Amino acid sequence: MLAQNVIFYGLAAVMVASALRVVTVRNVVHAALYLVLVFAGVAGIFILLAAEFVAVVQVLVYIGAILVLFLFGTMLTRAPIGGAHDLDNPAGMKAAGALSGAGLLFLLAAILYDGFGKTKVEPNVVTRSGDIGLAIFQDWVIPFEVVSVLLLAALVGAVVLARRD
Amino acid sequence: MQFLALAAVLFCIGVYGVVARRNAVLVLMSIELILNSVNINLIALGAWRGFSEAIVGQVFALFVITVAAAEVGVGLAIVLLIYRNRASIDLSEVAQMRG
Repeated sequence: MLAQNVIFYGLAAVMVASALRVVTVRNVVHAALYLVLVFAGVAGIFILLAAEFVAVVQVLVYIGAILVLFLFGTMLTRAPIGGAHDLDNPAGMKAAGALSGAGLLFLLAAILYDGFGKTKVEPNVVTRSGDIGLAIFQDWVIPFEVVSVLLLAALVGAVVLARRD
Repeated sequence: MQFLALAAVLFCIGVYGVVARRNAVLVLMSIELILNSVNINLIALGAWRGFSEAIVGQVFALFVITVAAAEVGVGLAIVLLIYRNRASIDLSEVAQMRG
């Protein structure tokens, strides 16, 4: 258990630091690269929770596809590659954001402490990828088909929106 | 519990990013932070509850990942369209979308 705790707190520290950089850094490309660290950390957390299949999907979809999409979006909108000063809202909005974030964090911490106290979440079950496949295609087959239609609709919608005519 | 706390911290950082950023691409990145924290919650609570809940949590996390991919695709297409029309992706300049 000790090794797991050490790995968890290391990952958590890296993830929180990179997430803070994502929302504060003055360079869009750097923000995307810090986002890679957060996504990889989330994949590591999934492995700690014994969810290897979701961890692999996380790496494939988030780091492999969504990040590339973000970098394409950055390039196509000719975002300033160097530092820029117009990425943030004025100080009033930033203060409002910090206030709402801190308030929400306080609320969530109070709820978590009230509900769980010092309960440690330890992954005590073993799930194989085959079990997830069976669950998807037996219990969740209708949501699965709906999601595939949604993906198709999003694909067609993105093409229709972005094409020039 | 420690996983839920990490997810809560990531969620709040994402909320701050959505409010404080003005660049549309960075706002989308903050939304991805929020979705990832929700995925951590789903899988941690499932692993804590038991076998069938763990499976359900992982299936839901997979659905969330899929919907996030669709959302980013459409979102970036909209951002591209805004950039083409206004030569800027500054969200404070998209004020004509106000009702």
